[in-house]
Amino acid sequence: MGIAALVMAPIVVLAGLAAQGSGGLWSHLATNVLPTALHDTILLLLGVGILVSAIGTGTAWLVSAYEFPGRRALSWALLLPLSVPTYIIAYTYLDILHPIGPVQTALRAVLGIASPRDFRLPDIRSMGGCILLLSFVLYPYVYLTTRAMFQTQAAGLIEAARVLGTRKVALFFRVALPLAHPAIAVGVSLALMEALNDIGASEFLGVRTLSVSIYTTWITRSDLPGAAQIALVMLLVVIMLVMAERWARRHRRYAASTKRSHPLKRVILKGPAAAGAIVLCVIPIVLGFVGPAVYLVSESIKRVRFGGISSSIIRELLNTITVSFIATLAVVCLGLVVAYAARLERGRRLSAISLRVASLGYAIPGTVLAIGMLPLITGLDAVLDDIVQSIWNVPLRLWLLGTGSGLVIAYTVRFMAISIGGIEAGFTRVPASLDDASRTLGKSAGSTLRQVHFPLIRPAVAAAALLVFVDVMKELPVTLLLRPLNFETLATHLYGEAARGTYEEAAIAALLIVAAGIIPVVVLGRADQKT
Amino acid sequence: MMPTTLLRRGIQIALLAGSLGVSSGAAFSQEINLYTTREPGLIKTLIDAFTQAKGVKVNTIFVKDGLAERVEAEGDKSPADVLMTVDIGNLIDLVDKKLTQPVKSSLLDSAIPANLRGANGEWFTLSMRARVLYAAKDLDLTAFTYEDLADPKWKGKVCIRSGQHPYNTAMIAAYLAHHGAAKTETWLKGLKANLARKAGGGDREVARDILGGICEIGVGNSYYVGLMRSGNGGPDQKKWGEAIKVVLPTFEGGGTQVNVSGAAVARNAPNKAAAISFLEFLVSDAAQKIYAEANYEYPVKAGVAADPLIAALGNLKVDNLNLTEIAKNRKEASLLAEKVGFDN
Repeated sequence: MGIAALVMAPIVVLAGLAAQGSGGLWSHLATNVLPTALHDTILLLLGVGILVSAIGTGTAWLVSAYEFPGRRALSWALLLPLSVPTYIIAYTYLDILHPIGPVQTALRAVLGIASPRDFRLPDIRSMGGCILLLSFVLYPYVYLTTRAMFQTQAAGLIEAARVLGTRKVALFFRVALPLAHPAIAVGVSLALMEALNDIGASEFLGVRTLSVSIYTTWITRSDLPGAAQIALVMLLVVIMLVMAERWARRHRRYAASTKRSHPLKRVILKGPAAAGAIVLCVIPIVLGFVGPAVYLVSESIKRVRFGGISSSIIRELLNTITVSFIATLAVVCLGLVVAYAARLERGRRLSAISLRVASLGYAIPGTVLAIGMLPLITGLDAVLDDIVQSIWNVPLRLWLLGTGSGLVIAYTVRFMAISIGGIEAGFTRVPASLDDASRTLGKSAGSTLRQVHFPLIRPAVAAAALLVFVDVMKELPVTLLLRPLNFETLATHLYGEAARGTYEEAAIAALLIVAAGIIPVVVLGRADQKT
Repeated sequence: MMPTTLLRRGIQIALLAGSLGVSSGAAFSQEINLYTTREPGLIKTLIDAFTQAKGVKVNTIFVKDGLAERVEAEGDKSPADVLMTVDIGNLIDLVDKKLTQPVKSSLLDSAIPANLRGANGEWFTLSMRARVLYAAKDLDLTAFTYEDLADPKWKGKVCIRSGQHPYNTAMIAAYLAHHGAAKTETWLKGLKANLARKAGGGDREVARDILGGICEIGVGNSYYVGLMRSGNGGPDQKKWGEAIKVVLPTFEGGGTQVNVSGAAVARNAPNKAAAISFLEFLVSDAAQKIYAEANYEYPVKAGVAADPLIAALGNLKVDNLNLTEIAKNRKEASLLAEKVGFDN
């Protein structure tokens, strides 16, 4: 409950702000802003939803159900696009595909056309372009959650179906897909929330989503109430999404037998079938990771030759890793507590609701969340200051904001959904009979969690931690607004450079964000190859 | 979960986070805290020069959006001394929210023309940039008006950044002041109909898109021309800058629209004296020269020359509109841009 309250607080602040808005403005929003914003948002979510489900589930199935050359490498490489933030993929593809970029220049050379005025490919700055680019980097959310499902508790049923002679295609659509539904739902909803609250890529690609409208309403007109009103509309969209997903699987239970689950036995593919599987797995990796990475490396090399590396970048890298690590620790611990509390009080409405509420932070655009958090953090600061003043007579001033603790609190609110969602999905696989047995044998709730659940849900916790770490590292709007003085992360550095258009310098920071993002991907890849 | 547990955990997290790298070097006897919406790279040279000259350390935070909200939330405990913005709208916003304080300084008053600072010293202009026309090299263009942007002969040939970006909002606001709401709406619709691609990206993309054959003319800031052509942004940008020619447009019967970067002393500045000396330094000849040569902006102080790359763009005849009037029209300009679906 306490954690849900923490997440609720910025929403309450938002509602308060929205209430200050004038009615006249609302009619402007309703006629001139919301129709386009809703249209663009729904189209974007539909497009991204379909693409990430297809790519994520398809590749997860290939690497789980079949054996083909390179499968092991591909199965972790498919996670790599996760390390590329949406704003970076937008920048890089605009460069790569621009009429004077490498692709079109080469194309013109091949076709013997002299000027880009005579021949151009369609502009990437469009709805279609935005859907594609976001999907390239967001599908790993689906891949990660779905693969875990295929490899663990769905394995038994899938194998039973195989033994019964179900054909390949039917096996996927009639057995594997329905079994993986909860995992796909978790993955897709994470991907959609990212798409929904993205501002960098959407704005850059000319797509006017709700988030972009919130941003411009606030920034250009200093109209925070108006922005808060749009934000609440958006929250409504999210709540509807979440409810639709819950409703779709209202009657199902997914816990497998208590037996230790064993991995799915893979069918060996040969010849054209193996080649096909390899190609299908390689395409998303190339588009979502290799392309941008190669481009960033070449830009960085250009930059280093041109102006060297700025010395501050190492410090920024350290800042980024430190703050991401601390925030991940906080988010995962709290996520564990919330998910477990919900399990303990199974059936009680209150805890189910607070579980949902605690996830909302992820769906609020970062900029808006940051604004909502500001008065809370400074309010806490004032209380802390008073306490310390009265006891030790030392002025603390703005301690939370000044040390970066406020930033960590905001990250926690923002990314709670990832850890709760992932850990909860892990818990659903543990049958309730285990809890009952453990409690009957006299174990407390705490030691049941430590000794019974934790070993079983460790992969889910690790996956959640990975996602949170990478997300915090890429996070921009909250970091920009709530960080202490003289505190730069790679993302803020990148943003500063991009804001004044020194892209080559920005390329180094972008490359480091991507590179640092790879580390947890590799760690996770290793961890699950051991199992 | 019990609140006490939450509190305990919160404190643990906070303590851990307290170890984050916020170095406070003790080498300087004095410090000031600068909150800026200006990219740190652009003002670093100025800050370094100030620290060297006066021995005052400058701590910075680049708050692109939400500067006013942050200072407001921090209230009387705010460590902010100087607030710096790149747009007149944001600056006036700070003043309106009573987040700045009046400053009396004969140095500032004599360096900055009266129409470019608050009457009681609540804000000061530090540098200026013009909203200019980028055009394909082979176009036969020597004069241009902002009104011309809506001329149907440019249909499908114009590139511009978002109609909600402060630079464009200021331009539309100036148009409002010149022509009134009805004419401005017609003009915006015409301009929108002329766009070759969706409004978006940055000013430099306009030059790049002209080179890429996507459009023939576009609107951008004067200082980007200097940044691109100087080669300081790298060899690619030099190509973009050289692919365009630049015309200083005017309003019919007026001059070229300029925006300003400026600063103010924060209301609760803990180091007020040092903050004022920082502002005074920024309008010194030496600092104004840095604004001109490192940032390719027009110096606000008379007698300091613009960079040769900028001077070569032509004689700047600044529009005679009052800056506060532009700031006042900002909201209406943004609503109009939304009404005509400028960014859709």
